[in-house]
Amino acid sequence: MLSVFLQVIRRDLLLAMRQKSDVVNTLFFFVVVVTMVPLGIGPEPALLRDIAAGVVWVAALLAAILSLPRLFANDYADGTLEQMLLSSEPLSLIVLAKAAAHWLTTGLPLTLMAAAFGVLFDLDVNSTLVLVASLALGTPVLSLIGSIGAALTLGLRGGGVLTSLLVLPLYIPVLIFGAGSVGAASSGVGFTAYFLLLGAFSLFAAVLTPWAVAISLRISVE
Amino acid sequence: MSSVSVGSRSRPGLFWFSSPQTFFPLAGKMTVWFFVIAAVLALVGLYIAFFVAPTDATQGESYRIIFIHVPAAWMSMFLYLVMALWAGIGLVMNTRMSSMMASAIAPTGALMTVLALVTGSLWGRPTWGTYWVWDARLTSELVLLFLYLGFLALQAAIDDPRRADKAGAVLALVGVVNIPIIYFSVQWWNTLHQGSSVSLTRSPSMAATMLTGMLIMALAFWAYSIAAALHRVRSIVLEREKRTEWVRELMAQGGLK
Repeated sequence: MLSVFLQVIRRDLLLAMRQKSDVVNTLFFFVVVVTMVPLGIGPEPALLRDIAAGVVWVAALLAAILSLPRLFANDYADGTLEQMLLSSEPLSLIVLAKAAAHWLTTGLPLTLMAAAFGVLFDLDVNSTLVLVASLALGTPVLSLIGSIGAALTLGLRGGGVLTSLLVLPLYIPVLIFGAGSVGAASSGVGFTAYFLLLGAFSLFAAVLTPWAVAISLRISVE
Repeated sequence: MSSVSVGSRSRPGLFWFSSPQTFFPLAGKMTVWFFVIAAVLALVGLYIAFFVAPTDATQGESYRIIFIHVPAAWMSMFLYLVMALWAGIGLVMNTRMSSMMASAIAPTGALMTVLALVTGSLWGRPTWGTYWVWDARLTSELVLLFLYLGFLALQAAIDDPRRADKAGAVLALVGVVNIPIIYFSVQWWNTLHQGSSVSLTRSPSMAATMLTGMLIMALAFWAYSIAAALHRVRSIVLEREKRTEWVRELMAQGGLK
């Protein structure tokens, strides 16, 4: 079972490496969206410092949403997905591996990239570290819940916009506690509770979503 | 196959009304009754609301909007649960009628959510001095509207009704699991962010007539929701079963009243 899990991750990472533009474009989108905000609201450092965490988190949600279609679309188009559905290995395990690979090619780069935004938004080192850590803890949820949306809208017209409609409301708790942790850290309230909750969301999602995704894929492909 | 007439079925069991053919006439009768009940209750409730219930000591006349607002808010939340329940039953038991019921409830639920939001902001203007605050309850209600709209959008995007039913069911159930998490997150976010939170707690003792009026209105909303959902489910049944024998017979007899 573990070997299937690792195989799927390896395969998806290999595919991502072969087609770097998908991964790079998502990151580029993330950077561009975050850059737009100071241009829109003005360059006052105090204001930017206050909104930095929220902006970075919202941009991360959007970037994650944007990258969701590639989770299953290519496999669906070339028939690999049907082989996965027919496989004797548990589908939820394969799905979990695909979500993990998606996180490695989206959530993880976004997290690392966020460190640079600390500088752009005049955050101190401490807040930047908290921001990066909150993204590291919370972004798995984006890949996991997002995969439900991607599976449900597989092959539908206008699937991309529809996915964001379905998935964004479900991202609210992660957004709240992700962005909130930075504010709590800088105001001295302490961010432990936020991190515990973010970690809990990730684990909860890792347990339940693969199951829902497996059902959704069977519904969409049958 | 489906040309078997209702009377010739042997024993009405648990799944008797899970067939569109047997449910359709029942839904027709119930629709009429529940619309009548809703109208009568609404008349009584509104009479109490406008003529019997006293003017509120602190809020004046503007509080009277709660006779619409509170029942609508209750129904908006309750209908999502009922919708998810029917969708879940449809997914597990593979009963078509349950899934159609879920699809029929969704627009009414969304309507109730909109009604609760609009009446809430109309009430907020004279009471709080603003149409909208990022209060936990308001925000969660808005998120609930998004969940309804997501369900409707997903079902609208899928042409195959069987897939639409099942995909909608998964989404509704995922939503149900998430609703408490979203609610408590928003509540926590709200208490941390808002310095001077607007208190939603009204004067502790509510006059008995106010409460009576509100409960009667709540029952009227229940009856309306049931009637509207049944009315809609009849249309869905006809649309999906239009090629079956029994619908043709019904059409031939002019039985679509």
